[in-house]
Amino acid sequence: MKHLIDTADLSREQAELLLHQAEEMSRAVSGREVPKLPALRGRTVVNLFFEDSTRTRTSFETAAKRLSADVVNFAAKSSSVNKGESLKDTALTLQAMGADAVVVRHGAAGVPERLATWLPSSILNAGDGLRGHPTQALLDAYTLQQRLGRLDGRTVTIVGDILHSRVARSNVWLLNTLGANVRLIGPPTLMPRRIESWPAEVGYDLDAALPDSDAIMMLRVQRERMLGGFFPSEREYSLRYGLDQRRAARLPEEAPIMHPGPMNRGLEIASAVADSPRTTIVDQVTNGIWVRMAALYLLLTNGDDE
Amino acid sequence: MATPARKTGSQSSGSAEPDGKEILAHSDIARVLDRMAHEILEKTKGAENTILLGIPTRGIALAGRLADRIERFSGNSIPAGTLDITLYRDDLGQNRLRPLGPTDLPTGGVDGQRIVLVDDVLYSGRTIRAALNALYDLGRPSSVQLAILVDRGHRELPIRADYVGKNIPTSRSENVSVLLNEYDETDAVELRGEIE
Repeated sequence: MKHLIDTADLSREQAELLLHQAEEMSRAVSGREVPKLPALRGRTVVNLFFEDSTRTRTSFETAAKRLSADVVNFAAKSSSVNKGESLKDTALTLQAMGADAVVVRHGAAGVPERLATWLPSSILNAGDGLRGHPTQALLDAYTLQQRLGRLDGRTVTIVGDILHSRVARSNVWLLNTLGANVRLIGPPTLMPRRIESWPAEVGYDLDAALPDSDAIMMLRVQRERMLGGFFPSEREYSLRYGLDQRRAARLPEEAPIMHPGPMNRGLEIASAVADSPRTTIVDQVTNGIWVRMAALYLLLTNGDDE
Repeated sequence: MATPARKTGSQSSGSAEPDGKEILAHSDIARVLDRMAHEILEKTKGAENTILLGIPTRGIALAGRLADRIERFSGNSIPAGTLDITLYRDDLGQNRLRPLGPTDLPTGGVDGQRIVLVDDVLYSGRTIRAALNALYDLGRPSSVQLAILVDRGHRELPIRADYVGKNIPTSRSENVSVLLNEYDETDAVELRGEIE
């Protein structure tokens, strides 16, 4: 495995290996005075972010630094790309800098693949357009495994704006590969076309889906996207698809409540629910570091092994 | 992805090829470990404040067996743990995939303790170099010793074992296989001809 571009490309064996290595990373670092390991000493990891995402960039940066890699942050938005430099020229610059791994986030789907054809480096997709965000899905799966044990046969309900969510897409493929049943719930206007070809159940009634969900994942409502009139009002969305205390009480007692963050409190998730011990939001952030360490380690130390 | 493996093929492996020349049989390994346990007790004056740390994979089983014997011979139980060295190797990225293994230290950690590292084969010494670095990232032992079932020579670093089960002169093209019941359903040390 040289690149991590899409969860749909991962075999079950590869996905399980990534999750297992994440666990070993957490064990290797936890409780240490200096939480740093020498595995990637001398390697250079470039964070190439064409879209702002402090959370994901910081998580990748922390992961790389804990493995002793050198990290270069290339905020493309405020750099030469803004002056008209093409993606290919940016790639050539990175090649000249000797990047061993490039973590890329871009508003257009397919940019990570394109970079993989131009650069000898390992490419890690940190979000491309509406298509994928594999490390987010991996950290979600890791968190679910932590709370539920194995994922085989478990039902995970993903709620909200499926149409604009790369997190949902990556999760559908990964969770399905790991043997879970995925159920997508949201307003019909926020379901993508051809969703019937996805390996997931689709429904529109959150209340009906709650009692037999082993876990629930609330997606962020991206307010800037809502100007398109996908639903009549925030209040109506919240009434039909928001996770309030009454709905949370209808979930099985052990079912974790997930959210990729940042949350809109009071819109997709009530504040009281967000702050309850059933939520995994803080765990997800911590687990993101272990998963990204595992991914960087496996991609960068794997030699020529495909 | 490749099958997880922790040792290079030229050092040791558990694959059961039938044509190896047997150097140690089951009873020899038992006798050798008895002797090593006595030597550890003698050199450490009763194994007080001593921890055995096995290096994955087969060092873990050997550390466990030595700890059992030390308890049987002296009546004192001695903690045995595991030290994974994968992240400290100097050949990461040059070879096949190297999945991480667990590191399990006895409660109380390694500070001020006498550590006996345990591995199956001592060859170039690079594994032990990595183990020393890994160990010192976890704490400050009072001293470190090395117990090895088979020393096959060809050192590339100034490293020497304190306790050696058997010295086996080898050529670099030969392969020493340590098979242990815990992993291979048999106990044996075999020398095989040309490595690939």
